[in-house]
Amino acid sequence: MSGAHDSHDAAHHDAAHADHGSTKSYLIGFALSVVLTLASFGVVMSGLVPHDLMMPGIIVFGVAQLVVQLVCFLHMGTSPSQRSNLAIMLFTLLILAIVVVGSLWVLHNMNVNMMHPTSHMMPVE
Amino acid sequence: MFGKLTLDAIPYHEPIVMGTLAAVILGGLALFAVITKYRLWGYLWKEWFTSVDHKKIGIMYIIVALVMLLRGFSDAIMMRLQQAMAASDAAGYLPPHHFDQVFTAHGVIMIFFVAMPFITGLMNLVVPLQIGARDVAYPFLNSLSFWLFMSGVVLVMVSLFVGDFAATGWLAYPPLSGIQYSPTVGVDYYIWSLQLSGLGTTLSGINFIVTIMKMRTPGMKLMQMPVFTWTSLVTNILIVAAFPILTVTLALLTADRYLDMHFFTNELGGNAMMYVNMIWIWGHPEVYILILPCFGAYSEIVATFSKKPLFGYKSMVYATSCIGVLSFVVWLHHFFTMGSGASVNAFFGITTMIISVPTGAKLFNWLFTMFRGRVEYNVPMLWTVGFMVTFVIGGVTGVLLAVPGADFVLHNSVFLIAHFHNVIIGGVVFGVFAAINYWFPKAFGFRLNEFWGKASFWCWLVGFWLAFAPLYVLGLKGMTRRMNHYANPDWQPYLIVAALGAAIIAVGIFCTLVQFYVSIRDRKKLTDPSGDPWGGRTLEWSISSPAPFYNFATLPQVRELDQFWEDKQNGVAYVQPAKYEDIHMPRNTGVGVVMGAFGTVLGFALVWHIWWMAAVGLVGMVAAFIVRAYDRDIDYWVPAAEVEKIERSRHAKLQQIQTTQVAPVAAPQRQKVA
Amino acid sequence: MSSAAVSVSHGALDDVHGGGVDHHHHDDGSKTLLGFWIYLMSDCLIFSGLFATFAVLCNSTAGGPTGKELFELPYVLGETMLLLISSVTFGMAMLNMHAGHKGKLLAWLAATFVFGAGFIGMEVYEFAKLVHEGAGPSTSAFLSSYFTLVGTHGLHVTCGLIWLVVMMDQMRRFGLNDDTRRRLSCLSLFWHFLDIVWICVFTFVYLRGAI
Repeated sequence: MSGAHDSHDAAHHDAAHADHGSTKSYLIGFALSVVLTLASFGVVMSGLVPHDLMMPGIIVFGVAQLVVQLVCFLHMGTSPSQRSNLAIMLFTLLILAIVVVGSLWVLHNMNVNMMHPTSHMMPVE
Repeated sequence: MFGKLTLDAIPYHEPIVMGTLAAVILGGLALFAVITKYRLWGYLWKEWFTSVDHKKIGIMYIIVALVMLLRGFSDAIMMRLQQAMAASDAAGYLPPHHFDQVFTAHGVIMIFFVAMPFITGLMNLVVPLQIGARDVAYPFLNSLSFWLFMSGVVLVMVSLFVGDFAATGWLAYPPLSGIQYSPTVGVDYYIWSLQLSGLGTTLSGINFIVTIMKMRTPGMKLMQMPVFTWTSLVTNILIVAAFPILTVTLALLTADRYLDMHFFTNELGGNAMMYVNMIWIWGHPEVYILILPCFGAYSEIVATFSKKPLFGYKSMVYATSCIGVLSFVVWLHHFFTMGSGASVNAFFGITTMIISVPTGAKLFNWLFTMFRGRVEYNVPMLWTVGFMVTFVIGGVTGVLLAVPGADFVLHNSVFLIAHFHNVIIGGVVFGVFAAINYWFPKAFGFRLNEFWGKASFWCWLVGFWLAFAPLYVLGLKGMTRRMNHYANPDWQPYLIVAALGAAIIAVGIFCTLVQFYVSIRDRKKLTDPSGDPWGGRTLEWSISSPAPFYNFATLPQVRELDQFWEDKQNGVAYVQPAKYEDIHMPRNTGVGVVMGAFGTVLGFALVWHIWWMAAVGLVGMVAAFIVRAYDRDIDYWVPAAEVEKIERSRHAKLQQIQTTQVAPVAAPQRQKVA
Repeated sequence: MSSAAVSVSHGALDDVHGGGVDHHHHDDGSKTLLGFWIYLMSDCLIFSGLFATFAVLCNSTAGGPTGKELFELPYVLGETMLLLISSVTFGMAMLNMHAGHKGKLLAWLAATFVFGAGFIGMEVYEFAKLVHEGAGPSTSAFLSSYFTLVGTHGLHVTCGLIWLVVMMDQMRRFGLNDDTRRRLSCLSLFWHFLDIVWICVFTFVYLRGAI
């Protein structure tokens, strides 16, 4: 409202953005992401990887890229200013895992028990 | 031009609905006339509708919840009456289609538009005061949350008079809720009212987490927060974690209904069980979202009126956190009978039994708090003791239902109905009434009348048991839920008793209304001059009643749990600071109201497929938000002189009490921590 | 009692309590960024619901086309690269914001917009092509969940683009101040978050579908 308090507001933004990366960290993150993306697509498209290893392959490269982007782009880490964000994210991942794995388990189990194998596959007229 | 909406949408042929419509119109006109006559519109707009003060927003939530309680309860009375009448040859007075809407509306309204706003309202009113904050983290967002919730309320109420409401049960399972079996707009009203109010709930969840994490008064560590604040924190974490799943589930149902997709349909690969699975991943945390803050309120009340510190504060916090996590791994117990194998059912049966352990621990904590305390049985304490007795039985029947084998017998019977009313009425409703009686002075500056409060409590307690004990018996006899009519005349006597119980609860609600009326009439006599009417332990009792708009003139310093209690013991609770400082406050804004209004338009238009109007609503909402982002005049400073004037008169009043009475508050001897 | 865990969480929160002074400042940056992070996590759970649904329904093709028949991986690789580049350009924009270079900041934001819009354009074209080929969202449960999951991500990116435009306008009008810095920091989180969701989309929807 009054000019007298402007100094109050000005001093804050420094503390809020303690870690905001550097050109180097962004470029490293970009390079790694490109390599991992190409690796993921390569696993499936190249025809060089045995079929059984495809699924593990894309999961490993996908998770690696998640970590790279979290660290290099979102500056996730264990520094004090990031610790609460990290804790919140880990809790979210727990819930996420419960939702996805739980749903798959429950629904798969239900289908095994309740769906007759042939009727399940039959197209509806 | 108007999509599916024609004049036929108004149910002229339903005398009950038309009678209600007439009553609502007359009542609305009367209210409008009174407000206009006393020129209150400006006051309401400036002081309430546009307010970003968490206390006022909290009060508005609770008032709306009370009004919606009347609506939801009239649905309950209608159901009880129908079932009391409709045995063997008698058809009762409600046609099946109407009965189905009534039980759906009852469930939806009671959970989303009564229990949720009660809880949100209490958290708004109390949490910032308990942690020594001047407001919530995002005051504007708080106002927006309230008005989004209101647009959900408006949609549900409109559905009574224009079109119909869902006739599917409160969770709208497909394929029944799919377009094929529910072609009318009922389910659409259901979807959009829940989406709008759910958005508001998620936003206030985020708001309160940040408030509690970042705005505690200097020195207050997490393990020094009052228990109500702790339970609120866990509840809001559950809200932010669970409500997105509800949003997704309803969005997928919407895609099925509006865009001809096949998530939950019978044909083309859809899987209705996925809906049931997803909605309960939200639904089970939801019941803990409702009950945890009530546990917090009971904890505050028990400690205050036993004149002892809460027994086992730490175990209370750990139990609350455990419940928070465990509530995400029990959801399948809502559909044991739907075909999972033994391993899945056993897993969820066991987790369900485990989650009852921390709840049991809490109960012992409350009992040990009362043990050798000087227990004062006034209204909040009566509700609390009534809760302990009632809730234990509800919990025990819940553990019974957690046994998959037993659940195969009792699933979807009225035994289940009795069980969850036992925990929701006995836990949430009793808790809310206890909390309202307890914190009312802090909101308004005077206490509530004791006699009518006690009358209300006894009516509720007796009425509850009369209404639901017969349902336990009927459930064991095999009566299923949601029956419009039944052939077995043996059931009728039980249902007549249940209807009688509902009538006694109605008297209890009436007593509450009288209690408000009498208390407002006698407000001078019931005034709370000290701000600490009960001899409280937590920070909200250290300031005046009603709390000043800035809450705390100077931020309290906290070094331990129950700091205010310690300060009172040491005689330093009411020390005036040497100097006051300017206080930074957010400015009121009408943007929340505008966005809520556009939200209502959007919801209504989507229900009726009026696409141009939906575009207006959506663009209006987004534009209002963007305009707000360009508004730079959003806060102001309260000059120190004004703060000083308000605080001086408060301290003068305190001095006056001290000279006329011996002590401002009952200050019994300190008790050792048990 | 496991007091170790509690003291850890104390530690995590104590630093939040910098000092009494900035406690009651409305909208100081750290408060908003925490709130926005929590919002992102709730958004993440929206996607978890969609991924769970896709995982459950991805084999329910009801006799219709499968992912293997429909997905063109080189095209998806192109989309992925556009989004990835837009992530880095946003990073550059943020570095210039912290350095206080308003002109460069605007240029990098504009570049981000172009790549983001390119991504959306490719996605819209892909969807239109699928619908045209008779593989629209009402064909089977698999395609319903595919369109909804990928479309929700696209909707988020579109919202991000609108937000980007608003922020560029606010930069022009108000310049670099606390408000615009804070909002750009939130938008940056949002944008990078969407790239992270996309990693899961191309891994579990496209690549897995093509195996």
